[in-house]
Amino acid sequence: MAAVVSGCAGPLSTLDPGGPATRTIANLWWVMLLGAMAIFALVVALLALAFRSGRAPRTQVASERVWIVGLGLAFPAAVLLSLLAYGLWAGERLLPREAADVARVHAQAERWSWTFSYDDAPGRTTTDILHIPASRPVDVAITTTDVIHSFWVPRLAGKLDAIPGHVNVLRLEADVAGTYAGLSAEYSGPGYDRHSFTVIAHTPDSWRAFLEVDE
Amino acid sequence: MNALARHRRLTAIWSSNPGWKGWFSTVNHNDLGLMFLVTAFFYFLIGGVLAMLIRAQLATPRSAFAGPEIYGQLFTMHGVIMMFLFAIPAIEGLAIYLLPKMLGTRDMAYPRLTAYGYWCYFFGGAMLLVSLLFGIAPDSGWFMYPPLTGRIYSPGINTDFWLIGITFVEISAICAAVELTVSILRYRAPGMSLGRMPIFAWYILVVALMILTGFPPLILGSILLELERAFGMPFFQVELGGDSLLWQHLFWLFGHPEVYIIFLPAAGVISTILPVMSSTTLLGYRWVVAATVALAILSFGLWVHHMFTTGIPHMGLAFFSAASTLVAVPTAVQVFAWIGTMWKGTPRLLLPMLYILGFFVTFVIGGLTGVMVAVVPFDWQVHDTAFVTAHLHYVLFGGFVFPLLAGLYYWLPLATGRKRYFRLGQVAFALIFVGFHVTFLAMHWVGLMGQRRRISTYGPEDGWTAINLISSIGGFVLAFGLVIVLLEVVLNVIVRHRSLRNPWRSGTLEWATTMPAPAYNFASLPQVNSREPLWDDPNLPTRIARGEFYLGDPANGQRETLIVDIATGTPQQHVVYPNNTRLPICMAAVTGIFFLSILLKVFWLAPFAMVGVATLAMRWAWTLGSKKDLGDQPIGRGVLVPNIAEVDRPPGWWGSAFLLVANATLFGSLLFGYAFLWTIAPGWPPPFFVTPSALVLITAIIGMAAAVAGIGHAVSSNRRGAKPVAGLLIALAGIAALGVSLLAFLTMAPSPTSHAYGATLWVLGSYGLVHVLVAALMLVFLLLRQQAGYMSSQRRAELAVAPLWIGYLCVTTALILFCAYLPGMVA
Repeated sequence: MAAVVSGCAGPLSTLDPGGPATRTIANLWWVMLLGAMAIFALVVALLALAFRSGRAPRTQVASERVWIVGLGLAFPAAVLLSLLAYGLWAGERLLPREAADVARVHAQAERWSWTFSYDDAPGRTTTDILHIPASRPVDVAITTTDVIHSFWVPRLAGKLDAIPGHVNVLRLEADVAGTYAGLSAEYSGPGYDRHSFTVIAHTPDSWRAFLEVDE
Repeated sequence: MNALARHRRLTAIWSSNPGWKGWFSTVNHNDLGLMFLVTAFFYFLIGGVLAMLIRAQLATPRSAFAGPEIYGQLFTMHGVIMMFLFAIPAIEGLAIYLLPKMLGTRDMAYPRLTAYGYWCYFFGGAMLLVSLLFGIAPDSGWFMYPPLTGRIYSPGINTDFWLIGITFVEISAICAAVELTVSILRYRAPGMSLGRMPIFAWYILVVALMILTGFPPLILGSILLELERAFGMPFFQVELGGDSLLWQHLFWLFGHPEVYIIFLPAAGVISTILPVMSSTTLLGYRWVVAATVALAILSFGLWVHHMFTTGIPHMGLAFFSAASTLVAVPTAVQVFAWIGTMWKGTPRLLLPMLYILGFFVTFVIGGLTGVMVAVVPFDWQVHDTAFVTAHLHYVLFGGFVFPLLAGLYYWLPLATGRKRYFRLGQVAFALIFVGFHVTFLAMHWVGLMGQRRRISTYGPEDGWTAINLISSIGGFVLAFGLVIVLLEVVLNVIVRHRSLRNPWRSGTLEWATTMPAPAYNFASLPQVNSREPLWDDPNLPTRIARGEFYLGDPANGQRETLIVDIATGTPQQHVVYPNNTRLPICMAAVTGIFFLSILLKVFWLAPFAMVGVATLAMRWAWTLGSKKDLGDQPIGRGVLVPNIAEVDRPPGWWGSAFLLVANATLFGSLLFGYAFLWTIAPGWPPPFFVTPSALVLITAIIGMAAAVAGIGHAVSSNRRGAKPVAGLLIALAGIAALGVSLLAFLTMAPSPTSHAYGATLWVLGSYGLVHVLVAALMLVFLLLRQQAGYMSSQRRAELAVAPLWIGYLCVTTALILFCAYLPGMVA
């Protein structure tokens, strides 16, 4: 397991979570992967067994009950309903809910850069570098001035689109201070490859220092 | 008359003209089905070459093979070609080629429409191919999201090629869907009730209905985006009251059903071949039909799962996530019905079976990753990454290409009359199977590691180098396997190694024809008593050839077939088809001139092309019918049925009814778009709403009353033996009043370029006016036909179609005016 997990590390890896949101999603992935492998093994085994000779003949009615009602309807319905419940529960945990210590920032995309501004430091903007406090929930209000883009920091949260005329709010949180790679994840034309940004998560002291710098 | 003489006589009647010139005038489904398939496979090769170029570019980091501009065209055209120019036409070709044979009849419902559809596909595809050759192909991704595809960010002609070329090609999908629906419902062998239909026909019936309701939102979206690009009507520009999200809704309203439109025919192939390979019948035929219908309905309820990252409200996400996971249930019913079928019988590892096993392994993985991406939080991570690219290839290659190859090897003997001599298919299978999984299994991983879709290159520091190289090598192995398949098909056509009749010992009627299948399919239309008529009576092919059943006497030299009752399959009407004609290719060419005039912005030419199409359409309809009463026709075995000219519901009525279903979906999508902009778009309300005008409303009401009363009077007086002229003229006056009402409405509407509101009103009004023109043309046509003596109280079918269109016009005009005035009344 350790080998598998170390193989998952990387600056843009969704399986190397750097915060609670991505940890929830990575766990979801591992559970789904194991479940999918079990179901796949079952199907392949049933296929292989069909080729063995000398099976006891079954009546048509009994076959329909086993194969269609049992395996076709009841089995996937049970699996899917539990997965759906798990997915909804996980989704609830990712919502940008009201909380006392939420930091609010704004991300505005254009071809091909990002401009960030900060509720805690009015008038302050940064380009292609987003500063956030570590270990605190951050709400990013995302929009665009031209075409559709998508705001994605794979180690901190899922992605959310920047759509002209709309503002979408994404909750993210970094466990520890550090640097995290961010990407725009909606095709936007020839500059798409290099449309990226960096997130710097600060310790409480350095966050305060960042906010207080007077430009 | 002995069997051989009958064969020669029928061949003379049904054959297309000799030589390659015959392709341009053929209306026979045998020819056109194969033409569709060959053209579709040609595009499969082109799309495959593009895929190889993509993999070559991504094989190494910082690759300088293709720059981002060229790369944009490569991945866009790969998607566009595979979806629109390969998958859908291949399905149409397979269905058109096989269905009349499986259903025990001689051709599709509207042979000339089959040809028109093919030529629209041919010319529309050629437009896109030209754009690719000149390096001006669409380059904004196959789903074409505005504003990137608006004229500010895509000023070139590239995007227009997509919008116009694809809309042109869609005509063929709509034509095929209309005639597949009518053919399956009404053109079957006597005695083939719905419950005795081959399972493939059920699948295609469902798919055809899905095309009729799934493609119109895309056609509407393309029209709106082209109107925005060409004339500045701001449907998707947020500053002027539009919303780019409207495109995403319209696109995925089409795009998700599209996946099932591609998968279900392939599932139909599996459901047909797998039982034969297992020497048994399909387990749970009724369950499978029910699952197919359920899948079709559910597939319209989950388009939003392509938009999970667009900021859809929370409750909406939960609903669409639930729908997207539960769609796996009817899929599971089919998968386990197939495995149960194998358990019920004795599966044989013949070549088609190998490809079916390849299907199972691949498609089940694709289905499982599909359930994963239906779970919203996970989708937020993998959306627009290589994980999704891998998932969709598992679904589409696994769920479509593997079954299609199984079908290719299964039905090839029917088309060529040869059996395979070189055993290349097994080698090809191994290469394709291994190559595919090496390519795409790796892509899941690199997607989880953060590789986005559509990037043209990456750096070595991203850590994706090894996986991408492995993926590219797999891709080339896969391509090599497909080349071997192509080679084997070519060898099969060249090497004369005659196959036995019914080589797989199948029970369905397509194997009751001689091999290769003759132009007329069946020398006489058999009486069917079960789902596997060939197992009931192994002697059936001989009895058919001897003319023992219906329409076995080709004495009158016409292309004849039967229409049956939908539910029971009892013969009801006698059909005489038109002969070979170049009318379809001419009409497709003139239709192409219309599309070209829009593409090249030569707008003055467009009305001339429209007049051309209308004239050819009138010519088309003029050749049908009869100038004298025919009476009931003997169809053999002592049965008499009326000719289609002398019934209340002729084929034209059925075709119109289903075409109107598609049309109503287009109209419904337009109203949806209007409501969406009104309630969701940020730039609303507009500066002012129009207020209801008494003049417009009163003229419209008088027009509707006159149109409906007039056409009703025409039908009833014709039935009494009186002349319908007065009624037709009253109806025409009513239609004219509706036209005046809509024109007056448009003069009061705000400018179409200032705000999306005005633009929408102009589209609504123009939609009504187009239908005014169509209805008026129909009435003029009927007046001319009446003068020429094509109508009598017996020959009443002439008057069957116009009431449908007039009724549709009245309902839509009422809705247009109501919806247009509603915001003004509410505000």
